Amino acid sequence: MTQAPPVYETYARRFRDLEAARREPSWLGEVRREALGRFLDLGFPTARRGNEPWKYTDVAPIARTAFVEPPQRPRLALEELKRALPWHPAWRRAVFVGGSFRPDLSHLPAPDEEVRVLPLALALREGDGLLERHLARYATYQDDAFAALNTAFFQDGALVLVPDGAEPERTLHLVFVSPPAAEPYVHYPRLLLVLGRQARLRLVESYLGLGEGPYLTAAVREFYLGEGASLEHYHLLLEGEVAYHVGQARFYQERDTSLLSVFFGRGSAIARNDVRVDLDGPGGESYLHGLYVTTGRQHLDNYINIDHIKPRCTSRLFYRGVLDGQSHAIFGGTVYVRPGAVKTDAEQEDKNLLLSREAEVDSKPALEIYADDVKCGHGAAAGAVAEEALFYMLSRGIDPVLAQTLLIKGFASSILDQVRLAGLRAHLERLLVQSLPRLRTGE
Amino acid sequence: MSGDGKEPVLVLRGLRAGVGGVEILKGVDLTLHLGEVHAIMGPNGSGKSTLVNVLAGKPDYEVYAGEVYYRGRDLLSLPPDERAREGVFLAFQYPVELPGVRLREFLRAALDAVREHRGLEKLSVRDFNRLVQEKLREMGMDAEFLKRNVNEGFSGGEKKRHEIMQLLLLDPTLALLDETDSGLDIDALKLVAQGINRFRGPEKAVLLVTHYQRILNYVQPDFVHVLIDGRIVASGGRELAQELEAKGYEWLRQAAEAGRRE
Repeated sequence: MTQAPPVYETYARRFRDLEAARREPSWLGEVRREALGRFLDLGFPTARRGNEPWKYTDVAPIARTAFVEPPQRPRLALEELKRALPWHPAWRRAVFVGGSFRPDLSHLPAPDEEVRVLPLALALREGDGLLERHLARYATYQDDAFAALNTAFFQDGALVLVPDGAEPERTLHLVFVSPPAAEPYVHYPRLLLVLGRQARLRLVESYLGLGEGPYLTAAVREFYLGEGASLEHYHLLLEGEVAYHVGQARFYQERDTSLLSVFFGRGSAIARNDVRVDLDGPGGESYLHGLYVTTGRQHLDNYINIDHIKPRCTSRLFYRGVLDGQSHAIFGGTVYVRPGAVKTDAEQEDKNLLLSREAEVDSKPALEIYADDVKCGHGAAAGAVAEEALFYMLSRGIDPVLAQTLLIKGFASSILDQVRLAGLRAHLERLLVQSLPRLRTGE
Repeated sequence: MSGDGKEPVLVLRGLRAGVGGVEILKGVDLTLHLGEVHAIMGPNGSGKSTLVNVLAGKPDYEVYAGEVYYRGRDLLSLPPDERAREGVFLAFQYPVELPGVRLREFLRAALDAVREHRGLEKLSVRDFNRLVQEKLREMGMDAEFLKRNVNEGFSGGEKKRHEIMQLLLLDPTLALLDETDSGLDIDALKLVAQGINRFRGPEKAVLLVTHYQRILNYVQPDFVHVLIDGRIVASGGRELAQELEAKGYEWLRQAAEAGRRE
């Protein structure tokens, strides 16, 4: 970069201030400096040409905003979270507000519950050996400005450790809250999850916006699944209407691991759901299911890559979108089958229901296959509510709003049926209906 | 006119209707009274399905002229869901699949809607289950259907039985049956006919559209009308159906054309 625009100088200055105050292991200091360097070199991915991963999402509004620090320890009642998020009294929970851990809103697992949840800020001071082995290993930042940005700047986050063979009984809920603020701010949620060999965990990960104004959530999450481990993961994206959210999930799967990840996302001014799965051990399975809902002028970009590196792995990537208003959704899914990844079994499909003529979807499922003896398939579809189906319901006396609601829930059911917790499924179905203003009656 | 002293439930006067500007019904007059079963017979393409779909309010159909009164109200001014809540029921010739919509939820929504409109209380889960299972049983369907998606993977016969099951459950005033007998084997036909016979009564009316005389052996109509080229060309008692069975439609078509030329 020949001449750094002021916004980049702001990031660089901020980094120097933070660095002076940080007490972190030296290896992390090096990682952070390198990440900052990569971020400043790469810049935000605003180039419109030759920029395939960002072809449909313009991040210029993010690039030109001088975001400030998030509000420090804003007042927040547990009730506000309970109202908006799936909730169960038996769940364990770690809450982060504006990127910082909030013990007052959290309920961490007890020491005998087979899962450790530590605020990253604390874990880094203690210098947990696992961190050096795993942190920033899967969310590589060399060619990714947002991963680099988060790596350089994250202050806190969650470290989740499940020891070998452990199967914690209780669901863990990680909540990342974007609080209200007077000025646009940026926060950097970070998560590192390490599942030991044969370990199992059920995790709910929620992003919740409570403010009306713009802000940026730049989140990076790394999930390491040790040999034979199994993760059941639910990811809820419920940011504010005018928020910017760029979230990256990186799943690294060793041999014979099993991943179920169900995504539910509502759109924002810019929302990016970037998922990468590395199937780097034979016999791994990944089931990724997603439901996205966009209305008004919202924008939601699903960017998903599944990499079959080793033989005999299975992946399923099934997403569905419901679009209304003048919203814009993107599904860019690519399944790679590397040389030698024989006996790969991969399927992906993206289907969209367009409730308005002005809504737009770009659905691009792709396969890149460099191995023989594989079974792969992909498909995409977009269409309006079937008039015949609607009339059939009306002819039974069901009013048009309820008829549409039933048809939309029906459309979403193949995704929602993947949710293994009945209460969570019901919550997501309610969220789906609440997210669509045209389905709200009597308001 | 027929049915002296009885309340007319449906009156059609000079109904002209079609699709995309193409006139299919070219002036239909018809009156149904409570307690009556009318059969509309006719060859393919004569406008039978158009007639019942227009009455049910299917959006693709356009009405060009004429009037339709249902229990004294202008039926054509009501949206389709309101017609249904008012007691007009269409059994579809091709029942529509509703992907992802469970039959239980669908029936519950429909029954709640018509009951609320009639000022009846919402049924408890237990009473709903009891009622719906009774109606399923009457049509030879088991309760497992409730967990399935509406019409998805149903056989042709199951779809038709399911339509009549809904008729019995929702208990409307006027049943419009669009070729409910087509594609049924004899056992299914008998079940469907039994269902229709169970429905008919002094407070009900049935307009049964069919290509074949066969179902009329099981559902005895009070009146038979023959629709050819968008017009009713003959009306009579059930003996007319037998005459059609023996002679086909051609003689009526020729008579109608000759009549128009004069």
